[in-house]
Amino acid sequence: MSASPSPGARSSDADPLDNPPPPALRRAQEERLLRAWKIPTGWRYWSAVNNTVVGLWYVALTLVFFLFGGILALAMRLQLAGAGNDFLSADLYSQVFTLHGSVMMFLFAIPIFEAVSIMFLPQMIGARELPFPRLSAFGFWAFAIGGTFLCGSIFFNAAPRGGWFMYPPLTSAYQPDIGADIWLLGFSFIEVAAIAAAVELIVGVLKCRPPGMRLNLVPLYAWYVLVAAFMVLFAFPPLIAGTILLELERAFGWPFFSPAGGGDPLLWQHLFWIFGHPEVYIIFLPSVALVAMIVPTAAQRPIVGYSWVVLSAIGTGFLSFGLWVHHMFTTGLPGITLALFSAASTAVAIPTGVQFFCFLATLLAGQLARSVPMLYVLGGLSTFVIGGLTGVMVAMAPFNFQAHDTFFVVAHLHTVLIGGAVFPLLAGLYYYFPLVNGKLLSDRLGRASFWLVFIGFNVTFMPMHVSGLLGMPRRVFTYPTGLSWETLNLVSTIGAFVLAAASPSSCGMSCDPRVRRLTLHAIPGTPVLSSGCRRCPDSHGASVRFPRSTGAIRCGSSRISFATTTRDGSSFPTPRKAGGRCS
Amino acid sequence: MLVVVLVSTLTGCHARPLSALDAAGRDAEEIARLFWWMTGAAAIIWVAVISLTMYCARGPRVQNAQRFTPLLIVGGGVALPAVVLTALLALGLPSLPRLVDAPWTGHLSIAVSGEQWWWRVRYLTPAGGDIDLANEIRLPIGERVDVSLTSDNVIHSFWIPAISGKVDMIPGRTTHLSLEPTRTGTFRGTCAEYCGTSHALMAFPVVVLEHDAFDRWLAEQSQPAQAPATSQAARGGELFLENGCGACHTIRGTPAAGVIGPDLTHVGSRMSLAAATLPNEMAHMVNWIAEPERAKPAAHMPAFGMLGAEQLHALAAYLIGLR
Repeated sequence: MSASPSPGARSSDADPLDNPPPPALRRAQEERLLRAWKIPTGWRYWSAVNNTVVGLWYVALTLVFFLFGGILALAMRLQLAGAGNDFLSADLYSQVFTLHGSVMMFLFAIPIFEAVSIMFLPQMIGARELPFPRLSAFGFWAFAIGGTFLCGSIFFNAAPRGGWFMYPPLTSAYQPDIGADIWLLGFSFIEVAAIAAAVELIVGVLKCRPPGMRLNLVPLYAWYVLVAAFMVLFAFPPLIAGTILLELERAFGWPFFSPAGGGDPLLWQHLFWIFGHPEVYIIFLPSVALVAMIVPTAAQRPIVGYSWVVLSAIGTGFLSFGLWVHHMFTTGLPGITLALFSAASTAVAIPTGVQFFCFLATLLAGQLARSVPMLYVLGGLSTFVIGGLTGVMVAMAPFNFQAHDTFFVVAHLHTVLIGGAVFPLLAGLYYYFPLVNGKLLSDRLGRASFWLVFIGFNVTFMPMHVSGLLGMPRRVFTYPTGLSWETLNLVSTIGAFVLAAASPSSCGMSCDPRVRRLTLHAIPGTPVLSSGCRRCPDSHGASVRFPRSTGAIRCGSSRISFATTTRDGSSFPTPRKAGGRCS
Repeated sequence: MLVVVLVSTLTGCHARPLSALDAAGRDAEEIARLFWWMTGAAAIIWVAVISLTMYCARGPRVQNAQRFTPLLIVGGGVALPAVVLTALLALGLPSLPRLVDAPWTGHLSIAVSGEQWWWRVRYLTPAGGDIDLANEIRLPIGERVDVSLTSDNVIHSFWIPAISGKVDMIPGRTTHLSLEPTRTGTFRGTCAEYCGTSHALMAFPVVVLEHDAFDRWLAEQSQPAQAPATSQAARGGELFLENGCGACHTIRGTPAAGVIGPDLTHVGSRMSLAAATLPNEMAHMVNWIAEPERAKPAAHMPAFGMLGAEQLHALAAYLIGLR
């Protein structure tokens, strides 16, 4: 392996080797290499294992599930628009909210991070592929089967009806129909998929780095993915154990959770939340990772406090495993336990705060270039801060006694997850979209959809804080008049439709004919990399190498430099600099 | 506009019997105070953080900004949350021992058990007599009452926002909550943990009374059922027994002694029907007996619509007369 070319040297990418092989041999080698990386055609296309293809399927499918979950949410908002509404029956409403929660958490929020990482991680760390391409494909298909199984059940009126955390004994002895089994079995597939992707990403970050890219030089995105993937690896086993035990109880009557046979319903809650709390950070950290990539680009300078960010991401990961009891504050646990977990839950604000202020410091030290991704980042941060502050409030056990299981918590969790995960994801979508088909997304529609999302989100969820404080419990399919909930719920419903109006606008972003096209050059010999931006044309149409490439890989007889995003900054093109230089 | 709507709802004087902010109990008052403190502090922090973000994002380039960045990260990310959160924990946690393990005066305690989807209520008086009631709680003002919470089916959660926080009712366990109302009036309690199809229709009226009014009410409730006052009601009483209603319901002083459904000894005196789902009126009583599922989906009570209007009205007249 060769040493890095000196920065700024305007040499050709394909420097000849000292002793080039004969041309015939070289052609044969190239052909063999191309064949190995070729994407199958025809119906065999679906047997592809390349990360670019599987990643694209994965992202697309999670977005489909996201839309499905959104439609379920709209159905619920319609039902709650007025007191005593009968748009959905009580039974169907239970199916809808259970699926909405399950789909958004398990079929969108967690897998989208794994999907995006499968798609982009190799490019970011200068690898051709992830270490186990077939494992990625296996995970995707397991995910697709489990997800379709779960979502499809509602069309047969057989969806689970226990809420997304499926507390027994309601879901064991009191719902003998097939719904809970569909949840438990569908989830087995999804759990397998999540763990497969986690293994893939951990090994990918640790073992597929190119020479010269030490662990303290990897893009922050890779660090976040590493932390989140380790969290998946440790958080999912309790859930897997729980789902197996619950299915054993349902199918064979083994009483793990049913007190009639000597079990304890709280065992499920512990197992579920030991998974469930880290899960929030599994969703949140990879989205912060996108922020960590976008902010330095927008600020036009390297990230400030790389080590602080990495350490606080790891700290968040550790702390998140010690907080689960705050989901169980009202189960009658002793005061000392509540106090301990209150303190631990608020402590997570410190590593989160460090990351936040590192981004602020980067903005302060740099010069902000305005762009749509940055709009989403700032909108997300301002929303997430509200979610963080209400999070500190519900972490205080006394206030939790009032807020728990009400719409206040519904508002809090959506503020955290939409502000902390969906806004950054939309920013990332906008930022990285040119890597999919070489086209920028429309700036105009991007701005429009941002404001729709931002206004729609706030109008939907801010009133829910109040309706929760006015006593509205979660998961009610109807409510009576005379409790001052009508106006608040109507406003929430209107907001939900504004939020939903953003999705056609978002989908249209790629169809705006006025957008400029980036011409991305495929790198010879590495077709798998062709969708990743390695080189961009300069204003004269000639290819220039990224200025911050840190190494080179040998491919055929050519030495090919690669560009990566390192702690020195981001080297993916910012959309607003389309057609110009890439830096 | 949104802010106006929210503020007017938060501070308005509409009927809000389930509000956690219109406190009528010592614990709820304390929690509401904690809430307002936290909300105020959160608002200040949010404005400060967003202003700082705007400054960092839009402001002119700071000279030697690099020199300030460690200060920003350590100050804003570590020092500020550490100080604020320590203060908050010191402010909020000392009330925990009283909220969780409050000393019980030993005068009155109530055992509430969650059912799908109604409340079994038993008053345990100091004299030793237990009074079985259902779907309504009345409390004497200014006295701390111990409520023991159980469930023999699924998990429910007992919550009277105006008086105190909620505590779950977990099968196989007995949990406790103590209530200390500070204001008379009529409030509302509800189930806060999803407990099946009609979870939304599992509420109960809560009435806080002066001491003598409470004692009078409890004495009345401890009596056996009144004899029917009209011939229609007397016919209803016969129908009640003939149709097997007594297999599930108890009416003290009659042969009806079932324990599956709610005790109906004084059902006519209650403020609502079917766990605060319907007003306690003749027409609703008739509909409820004829078609319980219409008011409460998946209700476990069988429908008695086959009895016909005349018999249903007789039954309803009998039950409404049980004051």
